[in-house]
Amino acid sequence: MRNRKGNVEGILLPLLLLLLVLIAAITVAGRIWWLPPLASEHGKAIDTLFTVTLAITGTVFILVQLLLAWFVFRYRGKEGGRAIFYPENVRLELAWTLIPAAIMTTLIVFGGRLWSRIQLTEPPAGAFVVEVWGQQFKWAIRYPGKDGKFGRVDLRLVSPENPLGIDTKDPASKDDIFFPAGEGELHVPVHKPVIVYLRSKDVLHSFFLPHFRVKQDAVPGMVTRTWFVPTRKGTFEIVCAELCGSGHFTMRGVMVVEEEKAVQEWLAQQPKVADLLE
Amino acid sequence: MAHHKAHEHTQVTLHHEPKSFWTRYIFSQDAKIIGIQYLITALLMGFVGMALSWLMRLQLGFPGKTFPWLGKLMPGGFPEGTMSQDFYLALITMHGTIMVFFFITAALVGGFSNFLIPLQIGARDMAFPFVNMLSYWVYLLSCLVLIASFLVPGGPAGAGWTMYPPLSAVKEALPGSVWGATLWLLAMALFIVSTTMGSLNYITTVLNLRTQGMTMGRLPLTVWALFVTAILGLLSFPVLFAAAVMLLLDRHLGTSFFLPTLVVGDKLLPHEGGNPLLWQHLFWFLAHPEVYIAILPAMGITSEVLATHARKPIFGYKAMVASMSAIAFLSFIVWGHHMFVSGMNPWLGTAFMTTTLLIAVPSAIKTFNWLATLWGANIRLTTAMLFAIGFVSTFVTGGLTGIFLGNPPIDIQLHDTYFVVAHFHFVMGTSAVLGLFAGIYHWFPKMFGRMMNERLGKWHFWLTFIGVYCVFFPMHYLGFLGVPRRYYAFDLFEFVPPSVGSINLFITIAAFAVGFAQLLFAVNFVWSLFKGPKADRNPWKATTLEWQAPSPPPHGNWEGEPPIVHRWAYEYSVPGAPDDFIPQTVPVAPLPQRDGGDGRKGDEGGR
Repeated sequence: MRNRKGNVEGILLPLLLLLLVLIAAITVAGRIWWLPPLASEHGKAIDTLFTVTLAITGTVFILVQLLLAWFVFRYRGKEGGRAIFYPENVRLELAWTLIPAAIMTTLIVFGGRLWSRIQLTEPPAGAFVVEVWGQQFKWAIRYPGKDGKFGRVDLRLVSPENPLGIDTKDPASKDDIFFPAGEGELHVPVHKPVIVYLRSKDVLHSFFLPHFRVKQDAVPGMVTRTWFVPTRKGTFEIVCAELCGSGHFTMRGVMVVEEEKAVQEWLAQQPKVADLLE
Repeated sequence: MAHHKAHEHTQVTLHHEPKSFWTRYIFSQDAKIIGIQYLITALLMGFVGMALSWLMRLQLGFPGKTFPWLGKLMPGGFPEGTMSQDFYLALITMHGTIMVFFFITAALVGGFSNFLIPLQIGARDMAFPFVNMLSYWVYLLSCLVLIASFLVPGGPAGAGWTMYPPLSAVKEALPGSVWGATLWLLAMALFIVSTTMGSLNYITTVLNLRTQGMTMGRLPLTVWALFVTAILGLLSFPVLFAAAVMLLLDRHLGTSFFLPTLVVGDKLLPHEGGNPLLWQHLFWFLAHPEVYIAILPAMGITSEVLATHARKPIFGYKAMVASMSAIAFLSFIVWGHHMFVSGMNPWLGTAFMTTTLLIAVPSAIKTFNWLATLWGANIRLTTAMLFAIGFVSTFVTGGLTGIFLGNPPIDIQLHDTYFVVAHFHFVMGTSAVLGLFAGIYHWFPKMFGRMMNERLGKWHFWLTFIGVYCVFFPMHYLGFLGVPRRYYAFDLFEFVPPSVGSINLFITIAAFAVGFAQLLFAVNFVWSLFKGPKADRNPWKATTLEWQAPSPPPHGNWEGEPPIVHRWAYEYSVPGAPDDFIPQTVPVAPLPQRDGGDGRKGDEGGR
């Protein structure tokens, strides 16, 4: 009885695994759902590493699921059948230790090099600098102004007029330009390194630019940093990627990438700290 | 031998006095009963966790839709019949917490360690039966405290199962952080007390109470897995206990371990100098090993079930033990891969990437060893076996996506998207649960003396296996698109294409189908408990010791003296042997060679 029943499962399960492999291969190869269209320089290398990893893991996925399907089909129980006694094979086991180890080492080397390029190297001098603040559930923005320096901030100075707690006694703050949370857009130049310093007033947030392969948490009490080079002009979305409370799903910001000249002209029209807080 | 005089029963009878019922089934010190208590409590928690996921899927599949009947049922969560945003966050938090700790960990570690360790090593009970009983009761208390948080002002914790401060610490930041977070932390602290008592017991029992002849090299892989898991739990859980106490102090006594100066809303809070990243380090120092605490027992069960129903020795026993140990060791030094974009020093990212990707090597060894176990086998596709094969399939699917997330440049894009949700649901959610079901179908006859219904069991498998792939596989694609997790709705973002709505609807329907399949399991479980055909001692013709005991085993496990072990745990289809299995209790030579075999395999097998 087991034998006859086993035949159904021994065919159905392999068919299901085959179907899984087919659907996975078609949907991935067809790129029906894919990474958002790229808009940054370093993102190209990330996408390449992603694709290479996808090719490697995809191959292993197909191989293992198909082997599983084949073994279940081929070795499904027979009446009076008997398995072979085959408890180990050191060579075989060495092979499937060393080959994955070699593949992983390769991925570690390539991943490590790319990571150091993105995160461990200083951005080039003369980069465009901006500060983005997270607060429930909006983004605030501050530009350093002409002097390229941000004025001191202290959350104890926060007031309705001064939502970021900018210390107006600090001379570096005079020409800072700020937009309270939810007001104003982030303007950055195309083809130029952009450094984003991140701060938070309340809880964790994460500054996510899906098209730029940029994500960095904003942590209260800390200043974190990310940098990238936009390669496309246009309007893009800023997404909060770290759970920050009830309105997390509404924490949307807008980033405008345009020619540097346009950014500077736009900045020149904005009121400065000296105009607003004194 | 920890044989206590309070229980003089040598065999289980169905007739007993009420008093005896209380000491035998409720305040029991018998590891088997405690294991079953753990298992059933955990399964009930699992149903709660699944019901919560249905509510989440309702919102994601039908965003903003009004359900008047749910509004009547849960006026707090569904004001006017539409789910509130805060309730959605409570759902994701409680679903994750319940599933990871109170269901999977409790069922696999609490349930199977207690039931299997003494039986499979030939002991009469655990080393510390009273501590063992305490462990279960503290676990039950922790479940009640957690569930009680649905009743407090502000509702349950809503900061996610990771409970990152300041969101989890500051009541101004989230309704769930008013009282829910306190109960969450208390429940977790109690849960850790329970697992610590359990772990000590399991480790001591495996080291000290093995019967004559049961060397470490002859242990079934289930015992090895549960033993390694217990070590992991003992060394990592207390760290979260400390963190939970610190967070409670931050919340109620004005300390600032995790809290810098904050302005929440317009209010300046009286904290300064703390660091939210400290919580993340402490949390993941437990919670990454926790992933392996959930999956290692399922790996052990899978190894055991595959070998038994394939009628073949597990392939590469030593490599299996070595790779489990390697996974356990590495799991302590990979926690930072959850924090690549957290603001942690990026140099640490490089270090954690290296250790994380290395863990793929022992995982690959295990996978290929399971495959090799099936090669040349004589597979009996019982329900238990189907679930074990399902485990291998989903473990591979989920394990491979870890290679993306462990590589920090790729993680920048995929972190906190649905790709992560897909990854961990396959590798530690689905596969652990499939492993759990394999274990239940396999050992149910031993636990309760009755067979489960195979027809219902197989329907349970097909619906679950197809269903979980339909639920979690499409989430990879949501992750590709950059769709963030823990979002109540996606309608405000233009980069999220409309097809995401269709995918979410599809997933929701599949999730309900999987849920329906679990009802089949519940029916089968309860029905078989009372009406299932009687099981004999060894219905699967397995080699390990528990199958030498009656089904169910009496108090003290063994009818006479404890068994003596002569063999390795996996003597299946040994050439020359009359049957395709040789129990561990059969002396090596010349006794089993009834048809004139020369015992040539005996010594080799008896490692």
